[in-house]
Amino acid sequence: MDAASSSSANDMMVMDYGDEPHVLAVDDNLIDRKLIEKLLKNFSCRVTTAENGLRALEYLGLGDNQQTSHKASVSKVNLIITDYCMPGMTGYELLKRVKQSSILKEVPVVIMSSENIPTRINKCLEEGAQMFMLKPLKQSDVKKLRCYLKHRS
Amino acid sequence: MEVVQMQRRFVEYAASLFREGFLDGQFTQLQQLQDESNPDFVVEVVSLFFEDSEKLLNDLSRALDQQNVDFKRVDSHVHQLKGSSSSIGAQRVKNACIAFRNYCEEQNTDACLSCLQQVKQEYSLAKSKLETLFRLEQQILTAGGSIPIMME
Repeated sequence: MDAASSSSANDMMVMDYGDEPHVLAVDDNLIDRKLIEKLLKNFSCRVTTAENGLRALEYLGLGDNQQTSHKASVSKVNLIITDYCMPGMTGYELLKRVKQSSILKEVPVVIMSSENIPTRINKCLEEGAQMFMLKPLKQSDVKKLRCYLKHRS
Repeated sequence: MEVVQMQRRFVEYAASLFREGFLDGQFTQLQQLQDESNPDFVVEVVSLFFEDSEKLLNDLSRALDQQNVDFKRVDSHVHQLKGSSSSIGAQRVKNACIAFRNYCEEQNTDACLSCLQQVKQEYSLAKSKLETLFRLEQQILTAGGSIPIMME
């Protein structure tokens, strides 16, 4: 099991990759959740799905009613892949919240959308999204994510 | 019927669905994702699609039946249906949804109702054809044969 830690005493950040990369997939569409889950599992990833931004944040420990621990902050996931168009919180808003978090800002975030809108794409990339992918997702798309799913040595 | 004949029927039927535009490459993606760890993946996802779509079509009928149609709501449902049909490769359903969304933007109730009819028709066709495809597949499996893999 590989681990990397920063030297700051107050803010120890431990990345725990375990045996398989762990991906959080966020999408309000049930069929899309099933598809992305299978795509990722076929690439040996552990997958957790969330049906909206709020649930995703709660899972990550960034929910509004959650207290972040000051002792050790662990990123549960190696990658977040999220749909852009979701009711309530969009994928863009989720991206911003993740990037604002000291615990999670290093986690790569990939945005998916069925619509190819350059201003949307640029907005997401500027906010720190690693990649923008057009739906529907294919195996060749998930292959491109592999560089974010390698174990740290 | 011999397994080889069943397999040929299956391949020909599947090819016709692609040729006639009912299915596109995304369906092939689904088939390629299926493996021993999840041998019913395609049937599972498509069944979810049927359930989800039927609910959405009912919601759409209700939404368009209102005195004051909430076009945002209608558009949201169509967006969902467009997304799912696209993800499973149900091309004609997807295209019908794309046309539908244009009329939502225009807030044209009559045109939307007409689009809804179109979508329902395409969905019905897609469902029936996919069910036939799965039946042909099941026949092969029951007879002890294997399903020919489609490569794009």
